[in-house]
Amino acid sequence: MTTTNVTPAEVWSEAVNGSRDDVLIFQRDLLREMLRIRRFEEKCAELYSAGKIRGFMHLCVGEEATAVGVFHSLSPLDAVVSTYREHGHALARGIDMSVLLAEMFGKQAGCSRGRGGSMHLFSADLRFYGGHAIVGGGLPVAVGLALAEHMQGSDGVVACLFGDGAFAEGEFHESANLAALWKLPLVFFCENNLYAMGTSLAREHAETDLAMRAASYGMVSWSVDGMDVLAVEEAARRAVEYARDSGEPCFLELRTYRFRAHSMYDPDRYRDKAEIAHWRERDPITTLTEQLRQRQGIEDQDLRQWEQEIAEEIKAAIKVADSAPTEPVEDLTRFLYTEARGEQ
Amino acid sequence: MTATPQTEIMYREAMREAIREAMQRDDRVFLMGEDVGRYGGSFGVSMGLLEQFGPERIRDTPLSESGFVGAGIGAAIAGMRPIVEIMTVNFSLLALDQILNNAATLSHMSGGQINVPLVIRMTTGGGRQLGAQHSHSLEGWYAHIPGLRILTPATIEDARGMLWPALQDPDPVLIFEHGSLYNVAAAIPDPSIAVDISRAAVRRAGTDVTVMAYGGTLAKALAAANELAEQGISVEVIDLRVLRPLDDETILASVRKTHRAVIADEGWRSGSISAEIAARLVEHAFYDLDAPIERVCSVEVPMPYAQHLEQAALPQQSDIVAAALRTVSVHA
Repeated sequence: MTTTNVTPAEVWSEAVNGSRDDVLIFQRDLLREMLRIRRFEEKCAELYSAGKIRGFMHLCVGEEATAVGVFHSLSPLDAVVSTYREHGHALARGIDMSVLLAEMFGKQAGCSRGRGGSMHLFSADLRFYGGHAIVGGGLPVAVGLALAEHMQGSDGVVACLFGDGAFAEGEFHESANLAALWKLPLVFFCENNLYAMGTSLAREHAETDLAMRAASYGMVSWSVDGMDVLAVEEAARRAVEYARDSGEPCFLELRTYRFRAHSMYDPDRYRDKAEIAHWRERDPITTLTEQLRQRQGIEDQDLRQWEQEIAEEIKAAIKVADSAPTEPVEDLTRFLYTEARGEQ
Repeated sequence: MTATPQTEIMYREAMREAIREAMQRDDRVFLMGEDVGRYGGSFGVSMGLLEQFGPERIRDTPLSESGFVGAGIGAAIAGMRPIVEIMTVNFSLLALDQILNNAATLSHMSGGQINVPLVIRMTTGGGRQLGAQHSHSLEGWYAHIPGLRILTPATIEDARGMLWPALQDPDPVLIFEHGSLYNVAAAIPDPSIAVDISRAAVRRAGTDVTVMAYGGTLAKALAAANELAEQGISVEVIDLRVLRPLDDETILASVRKTHRAVIADEGWRSGSISAEIAARLVEHAFYDLDAPIERVCSVEVPMPYAQHLEQAALPQQSDIVAAALRTVSVHA
């Protein structure tokens, strides 16, 4: 094995995964998935402007490395609780793109049958338990999912994603304490993008070292560069393995940045253009592309092919979502209560 | 000395037996809340259960209402059957986000993909001089929320028999236990009797006026009915016992028979469950009514501490009697 131009993450990855070819294939997969999320989000913005998607919509452009890195570390048996900025999470978890778009178009074929929208994506089959738009509100639910794993003696781990804004909520602190106190297999993935909507980290937290504060609950806690998908993937894998092996929680802060505004309504008056430009230089897709180029792990032809494949996937997904029927109004109150009653 | 066989059981014991039976029947069931374990429950409901079932299934929690109610929701989604105890209804407000935004919402918002088979028990009501932060009656408020089922066991039989069907419900059920009831005793109910948690119960048949009550006001309504019987007035007493969904059928059938209605509700009058029932009577039984609907509610103040003030704030037997007399004094 050659060590020229190899990153520490790659050395570790090679040790785990085997040959250099395997590592390159793996890293190319990560890159392609980030690209897929980026193009999807860009298309969502277009569809929003065209009036096809309504309500609040929060894009994760710039944060693709956290979605792809974290979800690569999970098994299908693990459970997920996410936020309202969850398109990337849902795609990385494997929810079909057309089903996501159908949801955002308010269609019956949508993953929540048009009742959820962009902020409330669910897939019980994939153990993707939302899509929560009360900041911090998903965290206690994640504790309960982990409590069930613990009480049922299963190997499952719960991945709970939330942001630096949620870290200021009481529900984070209650959940961190409960998970540590009860020793539950839960990974707190804090996507710190430096802004709680329009309020910067330093204006919302007296102490901005979030991992240090999480550690005060008696959890293993650390931070990682959230713009580096290889670093995220490695750290997330270690976090999930730790929770799975020990049955105890841990906290991983992913230091990331959103390139676009908070939501489609946000004029983004609270950030310096220079700051955004600075972070754009650390674009996780560009970074990994350059790394792979340097190691002859990717060619322009590959990128062109991926772009074409992704464009086709998006086009087909829009077509499916567009032609899907809407939920009949007569079914408005369906699912308020469970339909299959009797012995539970 | 041989102990005489126990023939009576207290409300708190009935609830305890219901929990014990549920835990024995279904190993997915567990109880969690503040001081449910070593302390035995702040009202003594779970006394002895820790010793029988251990700390995994009788789970003491920190004072984190939002955290442990949300944990109950998550565990329920993942196949467990949690019973979450909240000390009092006032404290449940710290968990209102979880109850409303998650428990009541997730099934519909996910298009029916996930459901939340969770039971939340809590103490409600005044009369014990506990002041304004331990004494309110907010069950009618919770009954506003679609997605929930709201139960108010007022009898030993319901305390014993409502929990199992509540645990069989695939959706969230809130059980409100009026604090004045825990020491009430009655004959041990037949544990095999399944309570229908979709129906109100006619506790006393009558012909002149219908008095509706629930939880802490039921005993007052029954006592008022006795008093009125001495004056020759026949009162039908309905124990609402399910505040959501309301049993319109039983309520309307009674009022169509008696043509007069009194609603006794420990909640505040404005926007209360009594207001909802009165509205439904006006909507569906307007031409059957021979007198204006009467409501007996708590005075709209935070519950005061001093005994005379607290009693003045709460609905009383004499208020129910007076209201019923007003309805029968009207002649159609």
